[in-house]
Amino acid sequence: MSAATNPLFTETPQARRKLRQEALAKWIFASMAGLMIIPLLLIIGYLVQRAWPSLSPGFLFDVPTHGMRDGGVWPAFVGTIYLVLLSLAVSAPIGILAAVYLNEYARDNWFNRIINLAVINLAGVPSIVHALFGLGAFVYAARFGCSIISASLTLAIMTLPVIIASTREALASVPRSFREACWNVGATRWQTIRAVVLPNAISGILTGIILQVSRAAGETAPIMFTGAVFFKAVHKGDLFPYALHDQCMALSMHLFTLATQVPDVKESIPFATAVVLMGSVLLVNAAAISLRAYLRARKKW
Amino acid sequence: MNATTKIEPATAGLRVPRSRRPAWAVFGERAFEVLIHLCGFSAIIFVLGIFFFVSKEAFPVLGKAGFHLSQFLFSDQWYPTSEVQKRYGVLAMIAGTFSVTGLAMVIAVPFGLGAAIYLSEFCGGKRRETLKIVIELLAAIPSVVWGFIGLTVMSRLIVKFTGAPVGVNVLNGGLILALMSVPIIVSIGEDALKAVPDSFREAAIALGATRWQLVWRVLLPAARNGLLAAVLLGVARGVGETMAVLMATGHAVHIPHSILDSVRTLTANIAAELGEASAGSDHYRVLFLTGVLLFALTFAVNLTADLIIRGIRKK
Repeated sequence: MSAATNPLFTETPQARRKLRQEALAKWIFASMAGLMIIPLLLIIGYLVQRAWPSLSPGFLFDVPTHGMRDGGVWPAFVGTIYLVLLSLAVSAPIGILAAVYLNEYARDNWFNRIINLAVINLAGVPSIVHALFGLGAFVYAARFGCSIISASLTLAIMTLPVIIASTREALASVPRSFREACWNVGATRWQTIRAVVLPNAISGILTGIILQVSRAAGETAPIMFTGAVFFKAVHKGDLFPYALHDQCMALSMHLFTLATQVPDVKESIPFATAVVLMGSVLLVNAAAISLRAYLRARKKW
Repeated sequence: MNATTKIEPATAGLRVPRSRRPAWAVFGERAFEVLIHLCGFSAIIFVLGIFFFVSKEAFPVLGKAGFHLSQFLFSDQWYPTSEVQKRYGVLAMIAGTFSVTGLAMVIAVPFGLGAAIYLSEFCGGKRRETLKIVIELLAAIPSVVWGFIGLTVMSRLIVKFTGAPVGVNVLNGGLILALMSVPIIVSIGEDALKAVPDSFREAAIALGATRWQLVWRVLLPAARNGLLAAVLLGVARGVGETMAVLMATGHAVHIPHSILDSVRTLTANIAAELGEASAGSDHYRVLFLTGVLLFALTFAVNLTADLIIRGIRKK
């Protein structure tokens, strides 16, 4: 090549050093990203391996036996579903309407900046402070007692920012021209939202709801003092074991109890409970991610 | 309305009655918009409500004879159930919270920012999408599962490699918290790097800079504030985390002297003792007061992070 003859394009030692430096930097950053993920995969693999002796469909549908030292997780699993659905029923409408307000109605003034700040801080309040709030407000002040209602209301308020954030993002991604077209044919603001904005944003809203489910299912601290109990006798496979004013078991609480409070548990049981909890949360999350990917690929604008 | 009456002569005889929406539809829409506004304000109501109800349970203790605010904040004596002299000092717990969070940040910040840089500058397409999904899943793992991992896997590893007598200590909590806060640091840090205009990158590359030089000399200074916000939100997560540190740090109420000491954090203290404290007792109220302290702490950190991020957007 002419590179040898043309001094302008010869590889100087400096350029070589620069390229080496670049390769090194890339390698270092890649290994930093990798070091974050590899331990996680190892840990998950280890958990599954330790849980293997107990993992079977029966584990999910069985009730705990021998003072929680053996058996399955059915009451805890159903309890978690109760808590999640009830908290979803409260936080989804409020969260979606709040996001509609913030994205469609709110002007950029000091008051709405305070609302934004409140949403951010609601997301940042420690979970144990939510627990204290739930205890003070729902259990004592509203006299719901320690019950599924108190626990799920606490969870609902805690997970509200998740729904608000993703719904807002979904609404904001609907192009402004869609709204303008609708206004121009004489529709009011709300008619526009109902007929044009919400249908176009439904995918993002659904993703937010699914993320709320996964968040609510995994939380322990907020329900610990507001409605979750260590143990509740439930029949095997019973779908409606709890009334709304009852206390209930929950998967996350069950794992905490098994790991720290119950002596001589069969070795693989807490591991299997952890795998069930983590598995269901990750499955729900994966569903949200694939829904988002699918709808994003289908998007027409 | 005036306009229609003026042009009436020209269209005389052709006038069609203007179709109106029924009154109930107009009224229903108004009512629904009021509801939307109320839901919009609800976030403020909830934040104020949290502050109100937590401090309502906490503040009666402030006037009590045996309680001094200075003792609460600056004493490491925590004997809430002592018969002779009850003492409520949370300094040891504050030290616990900050030692665990500090260690977590020492580990998580370089790795989180490194991963964010890798994601936004060094890889593209499929690999970036995959990594982002993995990070999202990492963020979704419940904190009680992290605590369980700390209690079983991590503690055994720590005993094996350091020879510490117990595996649940500052190091364990710090490692677990680091793994938990890395996803936040990565995603917010990546947003911050993405917010740097591409013209900066193009200018640097046109001048012959390598990617490393581009990152070090151009992107890091330009995205400084956003990266700081990412770190702050990681800190907020660490300070507020409850279940993981409850299970992974051991339960010793004293100021730690090495990273192999067991500690208790502010959050873990509430979670561990609230069940035993009878409602309305001093002990119970002091735990709520700890909640007020935590609320104020995370509020300040989140507010700062938000102001920093907002400052970036304005630019």
